[in-house]
Amino acid sequence: MSDLPRWAQEDVWRKVAIWVTAGMFVVLIILTFDSVAVITAGSERVPAYSVINQRIYYRMDRERGFQAPVIGEEAPLFGTVLTEEEAAKMVSHGKLTVQAKNCINCHTLLGNGAYYAPDLTKSWLDPAWGNEAVRESMMVKFLMDPESNARGYGTNRKMPNLDITEEEARAVVAFLKWMSSIDTTGFPAGFPAIAQEGDR
Amino acid sequence: MNSIAIGTFSMTRLSGGQQLAIKYFAVAMVLFVAQCLFGLFAGLQYVMPEFGYNWLDFSVNRMVHINAMVVWMLYGFIGSVYWLVEEEAGTELVGLKLANLAFWVLTLAVTLVVLVYLFVQTGAGEIETIWFINEGREYIEAPRWADIGIVACVLVFFYNIAATFNKGSWSGISGVLVLDLVALAGLYLAGMFYTANISMDQYWWWWVIHLWVEATWEVLVGCIMAWGLMKTLGARRVVVTTWLYIEVALMFGSGILGLGHHYFWIGTPEYWLTIGGFFSALEPIPLVAMVVHAVYDSGVHKFRNANHPALAWLIAHAFGNFFGAGVWGFMHTLPQINLYTHGTQWTSSHGHLAFFGAYATIIIAVIYLAIQKARGDVHMGAGLATGWRWKWSFTLLNVGVVGMTMALLISGYEQSFVERALEGSSWSGYFAAQSTHWYMQGMYWREVWGVVTIVGLIILLWDLVTICADEKRASPVLNKATATA
Repeated sequence: MSDLPRWAQEDVWRKVAIWVTAGMFVVLIILTFDSVAVITAGSERVPAYSVINQRIYYRMDRERGFQAPVIGEEAPLFGTVLTEEEAAKMVSHGKLTVQAKNCINCHTLLGNGAYYAPDLTKSWLDPAWGNEAVRESMMVKFLMDPESNARGYGTNRKMPNLDITEEEARAVVAFLKWMSSIDTTGFPAGFPAIAQEGDR
Repeated sequence: MNSIAIGTFSMTRLSGGQQLAIKYFAVAMVLFVAQCLFGLFAGLQYVMPEFGYNWLDFSVNRMVHINAMVVWMLYGFIGSVYWLVEEEAGTELVGLKLANLAFWVLTLAVTLVVLVYLFVQTGAGEIETIWFINEGREYIEAPRWADIGIVACVLVFFYNIAATFNKGSWSGISGVLVLDLVALAGLYLAGMFYTANISMDQYWWWWVIHLWVEATWEVLVGCIMAWGLMKTLGARRVVVTTWLYIEVALMFGSGILGLGHHYFWIGTPEYWLTIGGFFSALEPIPLVAMVVHAVYDSGVHKFRNANHPALAWLIAHAFGNFFGAGVWGFMHTLPQINLYTHGTQWTSSHGHLAFFGAYATIIIAVIYLAIQKARGDVHMGAGLATGWRWKWSFTLLNVGVVGMTMALLISGYEQSFVERALEGSSWSGYFAAQSTHWYMQGMYWREVWGVVTIVGLIILLWDLVTICADEKRASPVLNKATATA
């Protein structure tokens, strides 16, 4: 045994395994402290929930080289300005509905999920939902009765009826609007966000 | 005890832990069937969207497809560890009764969860739904009550394994195994909370998903592989243990920070592009080491082995793990590519080959080893009367999964080009890609290869139940030194 070179010794590799694992884990913990602070709602990359009171753009950022959300002037969702607390409650209700209706097993959110239906990351800004004046009500109508309002672009794919109430549908729209304000480092690339008042 | 004829399946030949392992394997195979069946339904919906509409929707099929897979693999791992623990520790399992109870509790919980998935499906947008129906978070959809049950059962498992080694003797393999199980169980806790903040949600969710399948599960199968090579080939303990340490160093050295490749686009800081890209690009290296290890050991022993189907599946594991997890993962892990492939059929192509190649294969290998023993250390080498069954099931399952992988990859290419690169991921862009001729061709072929896979699975199950039933020869003893070294 002992005549084996160091690099072939069991004992040496056991120590390497322990030190490498411990070292990497420590680095991950340190980075996690930093990342968690950066993605807490109300930070620069993940805005506070009351952002749903404002217009959200998705514009090319020349300096960073990709599109990024820009928070604009006041444009309250469903015409009502909410306090931070009310907005947080509404977005949370939307997120709970997204989980309770199992949306992620057809759609992707921030690119994660299933691939049977479109990505929802920036769906609030998607041209499919018409101009600023109609999109909120179109989305609510669709969510409450996806079968009659099906939009499968000729694929025969339809969202099933999930018994979504009007309150839940409005909360989901709030969640989607808030999600569109997250800085996702340019994902999805080349997204053709709708033109809004204030766009150059 | 030895009055039972060779070839007859008898639980009395097995130790308590091994009998329990057989139960885990049986449930694992039932769930394997469920996985393939619901996968077939979900795949069918791409080509026939009307199928199951409003009663067995894609979301339900896909959830059951993947959850059944995750759970059968966990059953396979738990079974494998219970199978080897007593022999490795040189003593009896410390809490067999408790372990049996945990098995039944876990199985009952899994059954309930699946029934609720199928017959209740969704609930109102309230916290109660997350507690009792469906958590709605990909891969870990099990409602919170079941999460708590799972953690309790895993703790019983962990206690049994650690305490048994403690009572008997420790080895390099058992040391790595127990530390790995601590991490595996602990990580699950990171997925058990609710937050409205989806960035935070996905940050911790990936701790469970990535650090399971790309770190702790890999090390777990590394332990099983080390033990399996000793069993099938009679490889020397010092060799497999040294390799295991090398694999652990490489796996955790690349895989822990490789987690960063899931932090490119979820709101997390931009330094993850560099860290995640770099370390995840290194992730295939330990998998290369595993291939070298398996093939080299097999070569040294001139492929003379005690269990042909088990060794075939172990070699399939080495290559499947390398290609499925390593190569297919590497292909889209750099952020410059991932920007366009993230959330497309590329991922399902990778997922199909990786989970089958890395995990399904090795569990099947251990099941063959278990059956050999339960039939009285029967001869399971060349010249079996029903040998065509394991060869055909092996071939059809591997060819079927590789076929699905290729079909999905072609659809994935098409989707990333059309939807992502050309159309910028808009809703109309999504459907434009889904409608292209080549995308749909991939979807049809995936379904065809899915059927091939299922035929392979049916033959596999038939073989597992019947192999060596009429075999009268005893297995040769390979290397007596191995058992005691």
